[in-house]
Parts: sequence; C-alpha cells; structure tokens
Amino acid sequence: MSTPTTSPAPAGPGGLAPKIAAEEEARVSAGRRFIDRLIRARELGLLVVLALIVIVTGVIEPNFLDADSLKQTVLNVAIIAVMTAGMTLVIVTRNIDLSVGSILGLSAFVCGDFLTKNPDVPWPVGVVIAVVIGAACGLLNGVLVTWGRVPALVVTLGTMYALRGVAFLVTDGRQINAEDLPDSFLTAGSGDLLGIPTLIVVALLVIALFWFVARDYAWGRQLYAIGSSGRSGGQAAKLAGLKSDRRVTQAFVISGALAGLGGAMFAARYGTVDATAGQGYELRVIGAAVVGGVAIAGGSGSVLGAALGAVVLGTIQTALIVLKIDDFWQQAIVGLLIIVAIALDRLIAKQSEALLRQRSARRRTAA
Amino acid sequence: MSTIAPTAPAPDRTPSSPRSEDSRLKAILGRWETLILALIALVFLIGSGISSEFLTGESLTTGSSDFTEYAILALPLTLIIATGEIDLSVASVLALSSALMGYLWNQGLPMEGIIPICLVAGALCGLLNGWLVTGLGLPSLAVTIGTLALFRGLAFVILGDESVTSFPTGYTDWAFGNFAGTVVPNTIVLFLVLAAVFAVVLHRTPFGRAIFAIGANREAARFSGLRVNRIQLRLFILSGVIAALAGILLTLRNSTAAGNVGEGFELTAIAAVVLGGVSIFGGTGTIGGVLLALILLGGIQKALNLDPDISTYWVNIVFGILLIGSVLGPNLAARVREARRINSRGTRPPRPGRSAAPQSGPGGEGNSNA
Repeated sequence: MSTPTTSPAPAGPGGLAPKIAAEEEARVSAGRRFIDRLIRARELGLLVVLALIVIVTGVIEPNFLDADSLKQTVLNVAIIAVMTAGMTLVIVTRNIDLSVGSILGLSAFVCGDFLTKNPDVPWPVGVVIAVVIGAACGLLNGVLVTWGRVPALVVTLGTMYALRGVAFLVTDGRQINAEDLPDSFLTAGSGDLLGIPTLIVVALLVIALFWFVARDYAWGRQLYAIGSSGRSGGQAAKLAGLKSDRRVTQAFVISGALAGLGGAMFAARYGTVDATAGQGYELRVIGAAVVGGVAIAGGSGSVLGAALGAVVLGTIQTALIVLKIDDFWQQAIVGLLIIVAIALDRLIAKQSEALLRQRSARRRTAA
Repeated sequence: MSTIAPTAPAPDRTPSSPRSEDSRLKAILGRWETLILALIALVFLIGSGISSEFLTGESLTTGSSDFTEYAILALPLTLIIATGEIDLSVASVLALSSALMGYLWNQGLPMEGIIPICLVAGALCGLLNGWLVTGLGLPSLAVTIGTLALFRGLAFVILGDESVTSFPTGYTDWAFGNFAGTVVPNTIVLFLVLAAVFAVVLHRTPFGRAIFAIGANREAARFSGLRVNRIQLRLFILSGVIAALAGILLTLRNSTAAGNVGEGFELTAIAAVVLGGVSIFGGTGTIGGVLLALILLGGIQKALNLDPDISTYWVNIVFGILLIGSVLGPNLAARVREARRINSRGTRPPRPGRSAAPQSGPGGEGNSNA
C-alpha cells in the first residue's frame, strides 16, 4: 500500500542518537515491509491457488487446458468480476450491497428489450441505458444509506426485493431470446477485440481502473479511511473533514452502475433474459470479494484481490465440471472457501499484530 | 450530514416508561407495535375489499400455514439480531435438515429416530457458526454468507437433485392438519407455543436482559460480568436447532424433502424481524413486534395473491418498501423533531452536507462517477 515512509529523524547533538534513530527507523520500516508483504501475499496466494487448480485439473483432464475451455472459464468470470469491483468499493466503506443481482436482472432486461424494439439503434446505446439504470438504483441505495441513515444491510435487502419485483413487473412474463436481439450486439458479446474476447477486455479495463483509483487516488484512499473509522459510519473520517456521505453514495452509485454494466454483458453473452436473471449473484459477488481478501468490516482489501477471488471461484466451478465431480459439491466448496479465507485473514492479522508488538517491545528495551 | 449524531437508527421505537395517564396514552400511540397494528388493520380492510375469500377460515388456514417457516425462523433471528449479530444461514440449515430427513428415510430409519438426528445436525451447524463468530472472532455477516453456501451445498451433496415424498401419513397429516377442529393449523399452534417461550426468555429472564445488554454495548456487557461469547454461542446453536425444526415442518407439510427447499427464506425472516422493530445494530426489539410484523407480511402476501389482477410480484415491491420504510420513517421523524427542537431554541439547524460549499476534495475528485 502507499504508506509514506517515516521522515528522517532529526540529527541529535551527539553521534549516538541519530544512530539509534536510524536503527529504529530500519526496524519500523522492516515491520511495514512485513505488513506490506502480507497484503501482497494475499494476491500472490490467490495466484498460487489458481495455478494449483489449473495444473491439477489440467493434468487429470487435459481438455481443461485447451484454449476454448479456458476462454469459456474466463468469460463466465467476467460478469462477476466486474460486479465485484463495485462491491469492493462499497464493502471497503463498511457497507454492503445485496441488491446487485436484482439490478443486473432489471438492467439486463430493459437493455435487451430496448435493443429488440429498436434494432436500428447502435447497441452501445443499450449498454448506456443499462449502466444508467444501474447507477440510478445505486444512487437510491446510497441516498437511503447516507441521508436516510438506514443501515446498508436493510436498505439493500429492501431494494433487492423491490427491484426484483420491478423486474418482474417490467418483463410481465416475457422473455428475451437471442434471435430477437440485434446480431451486432450478440457478436459484441461473443466476439473478440484485438484477439481477446470483448467481455474480458471490458472486465480488465473496469478492474484496472478501479484498482488504480482505489489504490493511488485520494478519492479511493478516502473510502478506506471511512471504512476503518468505526461503526458509526465513518465518524473519524467525518471529523477529519472527509465528505464521507458523498463518498459512500458514490461507492453505491459505482456498484449499481457496474451491476448495470454486468446486466448488459449478461444480455450480450447469454442472449436469453427473463426476470430471474442474476438471482443469487449478490452472494457470488460478495463471496468473491471476501475470498479475495476484502474485509467485511471495512477498511481493507483491494479491487485486484477481489477480482482474483472471482477468478478463483469461477475456475473452481469449471474445474469441478471438467473433473466430473458431482455438481452438488460446488456450492459446499465455495462456502468452505469463503470461511477458510476469512479465518486465514484473521489468523494472519493476529500473528502479524503479535509480531509487531514483539518488535516494538524489543525496540523499547534496546533504547 | 454535518451533525455529529451517531448514524445508528434512533432507537425511537422502544417504549419509554410512562409518567402519567396522559403520557401513557401518548406512549402507546407512539409505539412501533401500534403502528404495525394499524397497518395490519389497513391490510385486512383492503384484503377483504379485494376478495370476499380473504377473511374466511380457509384463507386464514392456508395463509398462516404458508408462513409457518418464516415465522419460526424469525424467532431465533430476533434474539441474534438483538445482540447485534446476524445469521444468514438459517434457510440453508432448513434445507440441510430437509435433505437429511429424506436421505435417512430412504435408508429405512424410523421417523422417531430421524427427527432427533435432524435437530442435532442443526445444532452442529449452529455450533460451527457460533464457534467461527465467538471463537475466532470473525464477523457473523461474512461467516454466515459462507455457511449459507456451505450448508446448502451439503444439502445437495446428501440428497442430490432427487426429492423424497414417501413420508408416513401419520406425520404429514399432523403437519397439514388443523388444531382440534379449529381453523388454526397445527404448525401455527407449535409456532405460537415457541413464540411464547421466546417472549418469556427474552423479556422476563436474566438471559434475555443479557441479550439486550450485549446488543446495546458489547464491551460494557463483558465488563459487567456477562459471558458474552458463551451467550452468543448458545444463540447460534439455538438458531440452528430451530431452523432444523422448521426444515422438518416444511418437509412434512409439503411431504417433500429436497435440497433446494426454502431458498431465500432467510431474507423474509430478517425482513420480519427488522419490520418488527428490532434494531439491526442490536439492543432493542420485542417478540410481540416481530409477531405483528409476521402477521402484516403474511396478510399482505395472502391479500395480493387473492386478487388475480394484481401481479404477485407486487409482494416483493411492498415488502422491500416496508422494510426500508420501517427504519427510514422513525429516522426522519427523529430528525424533524430534532430540527424543531433546535429551531425553538433560536439557533438554526445544521445545514445538510449537500448544500455545503463546493467540493474541497483533493486530487482524485474527477474520477468519481456521481
């Protein structure tokens, strides 16, 4: 993470003081580096797990490694990964968004319906409509959470219900089929861009953008500050002068907009959309974020880690199918992974805390 | 908001101790339960307007028995939410219990043996949740999202996608039947007995007071000598057992055991608890309020289902709006009162953040989508 290094110790009158200070600084930064490494280790650990799954599955069933199968795997992950990026921003502020699955369903249908009825309009207009619908739903969530002071769990549980109901009302029992959709839209969903499937390009761009913004920009760091300043909705961050309500609302808007984008991607990839589209996605998205190291208590985790979490979960899903392991194990394994991930996080945090305490004690006795 | 008031919803719904007859009347009128009661009356009025079938014994029987499992799940959830935690895995425990029941019945075990095994399995599920939350100190929201998938997955592992339907008629008849010639289903009678026990435990015993104490302030509860972890562990185990019981009832009522039963039940149960006036942050709430909320939700569902012109999906929309409104309403009322109080003292209320001076935010401002 981008923690600034400690300023150099002021030069003391004697020769001894600066030496101790320098040593101390070296120790402190060693501790920092250790923590830094732990955080990076999360992403590294996920990559190791991913490599293991791919290699083991590939050895047992070489079909898994052919280009087409890998492409299908990554395509399946793309939609979840895009939504996970938005969810990460929301969870980092110590909130949660359970409504993303319903937003996906609503926007996927409206987008598909619009393109079906207006085949002459270029398809990006449909995508924009989906994103705008998602952003509007996200704005509703954000305003209720910040201005209405209603806990995010309650708000998004409510909008999850209500928006699914709206999706059912809008669809009115209809279903959109692939043959109704303009070909250009479907080609965009299954086609390539510079040799890479378009949906994957979109996912990579979204992940890179929000990873970068959350990691290196003040806007992103403020989200972390809000999430780590206590139960009371970022009180410390507020007192420090952050516009925490506005940041939280923006995080919800982004999460909604990305769920809307996920809806457009869903319509383009599958071609078949009804009112139940995206049901249960909220738990898959939250699960991916949690496996990817985003702490549900807010204040820590990265968009990149969360995206890797989505890739790991998606790959396991495909690997199980390829290995012909009973489909039924899939959900149990996902659940187990979520629990192991958060338990590991906790143990590592405890250990590094103990280690740092030990070091600071040693430093004190040395001084 | 520029005020420094805590963001937790104002615990406006707790009955305050009345001082005189006049203020007692006011207190009753201002109570959350009274508001729900009024809404129930409204729903029943509209319901009987929609269809003459609404206020019949038959409709009461089917309407209430369809709501049995939500109602039963809501009871232990009330206690857990009152301590400030949450259990999202209840519906998955319900499914696990149903699948286990079907599997064991296929194996030829007698019902008298199966039911205790299912309840023990539920207790073990609760024990796992509780140990992860209290032993490892993990957030209950994350833990139970994980076990929601885990237990549901295990249900599928046990029974696959088959379903078992050949349960003994003695049991299914009881679950489907009414209590001693009345229009009240047996399962609802069981629920009412459970609700009475839960109400006594929560409102009349030291254990219940400990639950509210933990929800109000965990640290303070621990420093005043309460075994916070042990109490929470017990609540999670209780939640597992009761969810398993709900699974048994659902299986018998439909005389079908399957791994996919009860998907999403946890959300309706939580909605009832929150609508019933239990703060999601813990510390306040009553079993009576939850009971009324269950009646309200059940009534709405039944009423909307009776009208062929109203799409059944309005139920989702109405539930969602009620859920948010139940917390938003009191918050806004509290804010209006606060503003009036400040006004009457002659000072201007603090201006909301949105009308403040232009953003003074640093660097990355331009990257926001809003």
